[in-house]
Amino acid sequence: MKIFINDKLIHVEEGTTILEAAKLLDIKIPTLCHLHLHDIKFINKQASCRVCVVDVEGYDQLLPACATPCKEGMKVSTDSYRAIQARRTIVELLLSDHPNSCLTCAMNLDCELQQLAHDLGIRRIHYEGETHKEPIDNNSYSIIRDPNKCILCKRCETMCTEIQTVGALTDIGRGFFTTVGSAFNRPMNETTCTFCGQCLAVCPTGALTEVNNIKRVWQAISQDKYVVVQTAPAVRVALGEEFGLPAGTPITGKMVTALKRLGFKQVFDTDFAADLTIMEEATEFVNRVKSGGKLPILTSCCPSWVNFMEQQFPDMLDIPSSCKSPHEMFGALTKSYYCEKTGLKPEDVVVVSIMPCVAKKYESRRAELEGADGHRDVDYVITTRELAIMIKETGINFLDLHDSDFDNPMGESTGAGVIFGASGGVIEATLRTAYHMITGDELADTQMEFQSLRGLKGIKTASVTIMDRVFNIAVAHGLGNARKLLEGIKSGEYEVDAIEIMACPGGCIGGAGQPYHHGNMEILEQRIAGIYSEDRSKHKRRSHQNEYVQLLYRDFLGEPGSEKAIDLLHTHYTPRPRL
Amino acid sequence: MFIFDFEENKEKVDQFIQFMDKNRQMKGVLLPVLQEAQNKFGYLPKEILQLISSHLGIPTSTIYGVATFYSQFSFVPRGKYSISVCMGTACYVNGAADILDEFSKVLSINLGETTADRKFSIIETRCVGLCSDAPVVTINNQVYTHFKKSDVKHILSLLP
Amino acid sequence: MNIKELTQIREQQWWELIKRLNEEPFKYHIGDGEISLKGEEFKLQQRIALRNIGIINPNKIEEYIATGGYFALARALENEPKEVIKTIKDANLRGRGGAGFPAGRKWEAAAYHETDEKYVVCNADEGDPGAYMDRSILEGDPHTVLEGMALCGYAIGASKGYIYVRAEYPKAVASLITAIEQAKAHNLLGNHILGSDFHFDIELRLGAGAFVCGESTALMESIEGKRGMPRNKEFRTTERGLWGKPTVINNVETLANIPPILTKGAQWFKEIGTEKSSGTKVFALVGKVQKPGLVEVPMGMSIYDIVYLIGGGIPKGKKAKAVQTGGPSGGCIPSHLFDTKVDFESLEAVGSIMGSGGMVVMDENDCMVDIAKFFLEFSVDESCGKCTPCRIGNKRLLEILQRLTLGEGEISDLTKLENLSRVICQTSLCGLGQSSPNPVLSTLNYFYDEYKEHAQDKHCRSGVCKALLRYEINDRCVGCTRCVQHCPVDCISGSIRERHYIDATECIHCGECFKNCPVNAIDVF
Ligand SMILES: Cc1cc2nc3c(=O)[nH]c(=O)nc-3n(C[C@H](O)[C@H](O)[C@H](O)COP(=O)(O)O)c2cc1C
Ligand code: SF4
Ligand code: SF4
Ligand code: SF4
Ligand code: SF4
Ligand code: SF4
Ligand code: SF4
Ligand code: SF4
Ligand code: SF4
Ligand code: FES
Ligand code: FES
Ligand code: FES
Repeated sequence: MKIFINDKLIHVEEGTTILEAAKLLDIKIPTLCHLHLHDIKFINKQASCRVCVVDVEGYDQLLPACATPCKEGMKVSTDSYRAIQARRTIVELLLSDHPNSCLTCAMNLDCELQQLAHDLGIRRIHYEGETHKEPIDNNSYSIIRDPNKCILCKRCETMCTEIQTVGALTDIGRGFFTTVGSAFNRPMNETTCTFCGQCLAVCPTGALTEVNNIKRVWQAISQDKYVVVQTAPAVRVALGEEFGLPAGTPITGKMVTALKRLGFKQVFDTDFAADLTIMEEATEFVNRVKSGGKLPILTSCCPSWVNFMEQQFPDMLDIPSSCKSPHEMFGALTKSYYCEKTGLKPEDVVVVSIMPCVAKKYESRRAELEGADGHRDVDYVITTRELAIMIKETGINFLDLHDSDFDNPMGESTGAGVIFGASGGVIEATLRTAYHMITGDELADTQMEFQSLRGLKGIKTASVTIMDRVFNIAVAHGLGNARKLLEGIKSGEYEVDAIEIMACPGGCIGGAGQPYHHGNMEILEQRIAGIYSEDRSKHKRRSHQNEYVQLLYRDFLGEPGSEKAIDLLHTHYTPRPRL
Repeated sequence: MFIFDFEENKEKVDQFIQFMDKNRQMKGVLLPVLQEAQNKFGYLPKEILQLISSHLGIPTSTIYGVATFYSQFSFVPRGKYSISVCMGTACYVNGAADILDEFSKVLSINLGETTADRKFSIIETRCVGLCSDAPVVTINNQVYTHFKKSDVKHILSLLP
Repeated sequence: MNIKELTQIREQQWWELIKRLNEEPFKYHIGDGEISLKGEEFKLQQRIALRNIGIINPNKIEEYIATGGYFALARALENEPKEVIKTIKDANLRGRGGAGFPAGRKWEAAAYHETDEKYVVCNADEGDPGAYMDRSILEGDPHTVLEGMALCGYAIGASKGYIYVRAEYPKAVASLITAIEQAKAHNLLGNHILGSDFHFDIELRLGAGAFVCGESTALMESIEGKRGMPRNKEFRTTERGLWGKPTVINNVETLANIPPILTKGAQWFKEIGTEKSSGTKVFALVGKVQKPGLVEVPMGMSIYDIVYLIGGGIPKGKKAKAVQTGGPSGGCIPSHLFDTKVDFESLEAVGSIMGSGGMVVMDENDCMVDIAKFFLEFSVDESCGKCTPCRIGNKRLLEILQRLTLGEGEISDLTKLENLSRVICQTSLCGLGQSSPNPVLSTLNYFYDEYKEHAQDKHCRSGVCKALLRYEINDRCVGCTRCVQHCPVDCISGSIRERHYIDATECIHCGECFKNCPVNAIDVF
């Protein structure tokens, strides 16, 4: 059908919204509540903010472009005086019930409301009156909720309820004092929240942000502590975005240099621990296969997923792998193996993890992950975004940094450790090593890239034949897909031997601690591409080939699955039925 | 603030569970279930909302969100006498605001509150459909029409 | 049950009914197959939707049948569904719930969509404060609603109906429950109605205290067990309504008009009322009027006739100031426009709306700024909170009005009121927000002077805005000290038997002194 926008003709398909049509014409209509993430089937179509209103010939009302389908012959004007004035008034109204404390807000310069006020040239708020005065919820280790900054777009709710199927959030009350919160408005740590943080990844404002640990890390560095840092695989393909580089640009070397400049004593790589995880997990898998143990085996490196499972599938806690997540393994080893090697005392060592993730902030405080003498495996977790702030704060000219290598003995990694960062990567890495463990041979380079397990499809499956046995593999990212998969297993719809689950869309590259993508899913694709190209650039791409991992077993742990390994590298789960 | 005593309310809880089981197939059952709970227990105890959640498989947050949307539902027990002053147009233009103020003054509580002895609560309603006899005050199920501000003390003194 | 048996009941019960009514001959006028109420106030009325109210016993289905009830359904079942739609379309019956959308066109649209399931919803959430037309129909003649719904179901091909009724109407609920049971027992609801292949069931759902649930899509959300927040209008409910299925939603009064139209024909109905607004409309005439009550008049009658000829004018010899129609979505029509006709177009032309039928009369003691504030308070309370203009905009409007009534306003506030009102109307998601500023816009339009007085002179000519009142003691004071005893803040001074004075800075404008002065020595400005 054809329609006219600002007198320009365009042909569109039935069902296209005015907003989509305008985009095709490169006409920008401001939006706020609307968010459509095609690849993960997330659509927030509340049409509630009314910022996108446009003039349509024949209507007294101004219509929301984001939710009004085009009709044959429609004449739309996006820039009429009336529409522009109305938009401005609406933004003024939003600001009239807003703290407007941008300077100290975690979303400063990343905030869609702020941007909107800027783009519309708001200089004065003509309406004033009562404002929300809700308590700020900073009780959890991962998420801060400031309802006073909420503009009620409900992106977070849509994310939590429809995509993650957790349903921790709801809108409460009605009218002017409506807020978004939890059941009985309890703090997040007393709800079914899994701390995946995807709500804050889509929140346009500072109403949902991560708990900031920067100050604690600075303090540790400035005190007489031996602060070691580790960086997760997904961080290196996203950090550059904070410095204006395209997503997926590998900046590993610069990142290592920057970390050294920040004052960390040792800069290690979580990828090393990822390789180690594979050794343990593949062993567990192979053992279960050989001994006829419980299958499928589920990966357990995503703490949000672990939370979800403990709450929603308390009857299935015997199937996940008992492996800790890689950074926790790393922490445990730092405070045992590394201390033993260097003669440091564990209490003098501080482990900082740089993660794409906010769930890991909570995870590092789990009671199960407390060391024997009361120390924590990992002391502080900061996100990719927080690291960027530390770098900027110090005035390091990031783009001009030279490259450095990670420190050893916990800095070497294989391609298998790298691909942990993308959905499908963990299971792919496991297969590369399990194949070796079962057959004694190696998968050919061409065979070990499991294309069908990669990418943004919600549930991915593959079959692999190893020594005449067919193994069915499934991968899910996003907790909603995980639920579907688990229910499918219960009902017998899926018969699988091994499953990888990640809570975030696309896996950790889409984690809630990564630079905001503002709805541009291409960024996720580019990060994924970055991950796989890093894998390909490594000359060792199988975890069992990691020399330092081999050394670790030889010197310290013994065999994969040894008593010591179980003690340090494995954990257990507790049913936590939902409220 | 108020702890719900399951033992004391065992019979009511059982009846309530039966109600849920009976109507499980009903589409959009949540609202009728909440209404039943409000009627049975006089308010919506947190514990009952959790019971509904596990029984019907609806997240507690969703139930809480729904319950807080509708003004019929209350999360604290109301007083023995629920005094509701009609603030509909007809009653308003006939002096309902003064009547509300008077109740508030005499009982020393604000609109929406309950006296410390849990005897009286004051709420407002919008139009009970008796506009031609405005102003209207309803106390529990008793309706008083052509109500006057000067009736307030008298009516209150009649309630045991 | 079939039409023959129905006829038998009718003939037999007619005489029973007459016998009962004849016991009170001063109340009823019994003509040839028609019964009406006697009384001066009914002379100018024409009762279609209310035809049975006060006449039949609502708890006896037989009495409804006696007056011809369920015959429209019985006859319709002998014809094609599209005949029903045609008649309703030809009659030009427009929705009585507020918007005035032609019922026939709505039905036709729903009939057009083919799906496994369709729904008929009766909107009995009557929430406009000051309106109780639907309640009286539900309580006094529930079967006409059931019959209307069944006819709609047959016309569009639905087999399930819901009545969404306000929980604040317990009597109406009881009456509906009884009626549904009786109709089922008589095979007028349920499977194979009157021996045909038509099945139709009705389920009751109670509201839970949210005015916005009267809005059709919010109502559907509520039936679905969710928060009653209106849906964005991407689809018509006749295409995707309740549970995503084609749904017709009609108001109680609209449905009550269906059986008589099908019985007496489209032409009969069209001849009543005006060209564009056929038939009658029920109004709840309340406020400052001698004889408040429900009136049903042909469309096109003037406001003056309703207020003065039917309502008996204003009590206590006061002067009328305005009539408010359409509740919180409507506007105030000033007395100089009382010759305005009540039909959809004429009311809109003067800045109000027909609405569901509330008609509140106001006299010189009512302050128009205060009235606007009252309605805004309602809208702010009842806004669902989904969209920005309504959620925050109405709150800001209300705050401006509050400032004006407290004497803290400025003249620039009046422009703000107007500008903000327009944006709220133009950009809100649902009818509530789109119309909530109407009371402000219409009073600003007709009573600008009153607004200006509040803003500039800090004066309320009706004496309603207490904060703006000034109390002064004049020379008539005999020094009796009674005012001193009554003043709650002790701001009156003076010796006994001498002239007293009020300290204006302390006075809280409560009026106690004024009420208690035995010699009217206190002036109020
Ligand atoms: C805020 C709001 C409240 C409404 N309340 C009612 C109501 O209480 N009863 C009603 O019949 N219609 C109400 N309506 C109108 C309905 O949305 C709808 O137009 C009507 O039920 C359709 O029936 P009709 O065509 O028979 O009038 C309301 C509309 C809005 C926007
Ligand atoms: S949420 Fe946005 S607009 Fe609000 S204070 Fe933070 S940065 Fe500023
Ligand atoms: S932008 Fe303006 S308000 Fe913000 S810091 Fe600069 S001068 Fe201050
Ligand atoms: S962190 Fe995840 S689980 Fe928790 S509220 Fe946000 S989206 Fe829901
Ligand atoms: S918390 Fe953020 S995402 Fe959620 S509704 Fe508020 S502004 Fe939107
Ligand atoms: S997928 Fe990765 S980033 Fe997301 S919660 Fe899990 S571990 Fe954290
Ligand atoms: S206009 Fe008001 S009632 Fe309607 S959707 Fe918006 S906030 Fe809700
Ligand atoms: S109006 Fe009230 S406060 Fe003012 S002087 Fe009179 S009695 Fe006192
Ligand atoms: S009551 Fe009247 S007469 Fe008596 S002192 Fe007061 S003003 Fe004077
Ligand atoms: S972006 Fe369209 S209404 Fe919010
Ligand atoms: S306004 Fe009070 S009963 Fe209607
Ligand atoms: S205003 Fe009184 S019954 Fe409605």
